[in-house]
Amino acid sequence: MRPKCKRGQRAVALIAFYLIAAVTLVSALMVIMARNPVHSVLWLILAFFSSAGLLVLIGAEFLAMLLVVVYVGAVAVLFLFVVMMLDVDFVALRQGTLRYWPFALLVGIVFAAEIVFASVAGVKSQPEAFNAAPGASTNAEAIGQVMYTDYILLFQLAGIVLLVAMIGAIVLTLRHHPMVKRQNIAKQTSRRRADAFELKDPTPGQGI
Amino acid sequence: MELGLSHYLAVSAALFTIGVVGIFVNRKNIIVILMAIELILLSVNLNLVAFSVFNGSIVGQVFAMLVLTVAAAEAAVGLAILVVYFRNRGDISVENVDLMKG
Repeated sequence: MRPKCKRGQRAVALIAFYLIAAVTLVSALMVIMARNPVHSVLWLILAFFSSAGLLVLIGAEFLAMLLVVVYVGAVAVLFLFVVMMLDVDFVALRQGTLRYWPFALLVGIVFAAEIVFASVAGVKSQPEAFNAAPGASTNAEAIGQVMYTDYILLFQLAGIVLLVAMIGAIVLTLRHHPMVKRQNIAKQTSRRRADAFELKDPTPGQGI
Repeated sequence: MELGLSHYLAVSAALFTIGVVGIFVNRKNIIVILMAIELILLSVNLNLVAFSVFNGSIVGQVFAMLVLTVAAAEAAVGLAILVVYFRNRGDISVENVDLMKG
């Protein structure tokens, strides 16, 4: 259990929560509303970063760092690569977006209402004290204690998921272009001297 | 008022709703749809970690790591499919995908 903090610290934590949560939600909104997909990716990075901040606030440091490394370092950069590599006419893509707003808002309101209803109905008493490292001194230690013992099978399974995804992505995007020249070592080594060249003995002044 | 579980659930619910709305709004732009899916998975992660931390059980964070793995794999495969689709058609408009059915 983490030590009891003072009243002032709690207030600071609450203010920090509201600030970071506001940044998270605003940047998430900008992800879906930005006209330029490059801006969308940048807002997405901000959303990931600030939600990592939210996790740090309740002591889940390991997951927060993982969020920064995996999402910002890998996923967002992957998105950025694809957005910038594909030569897409984004202005044409934006046309007709206005048409979907009423339906999207309806769906959003229904979703939000369902979630609020479920939480109000389901949560009776909410625990206020948080403990990110049960049975250990740090958060990473607590995760490490169960990750490689109790959940080793799930851990290996996650590795297989990543492997399959990697192979799938490579298989999907790899193409053998006919114009690209590649080295064929078997063809090179099976070449014999007789196939490659022959000696001519031309008579002087006549040519071949 | 103290920093509690309900704060995190509220942020997570709002993030989830924004993701769902984003899927419906950006009907044509599949890149933004993939980003909206990432937002939804992020909100799921936030929920898992919040419940894990406030209930004093580490299992939720282990599961959040698995969700993270699946999110990364989904992004990689989704973007690969997107690249192949762009090569074949020259644009990424989702509205024309149903032309592929026979």
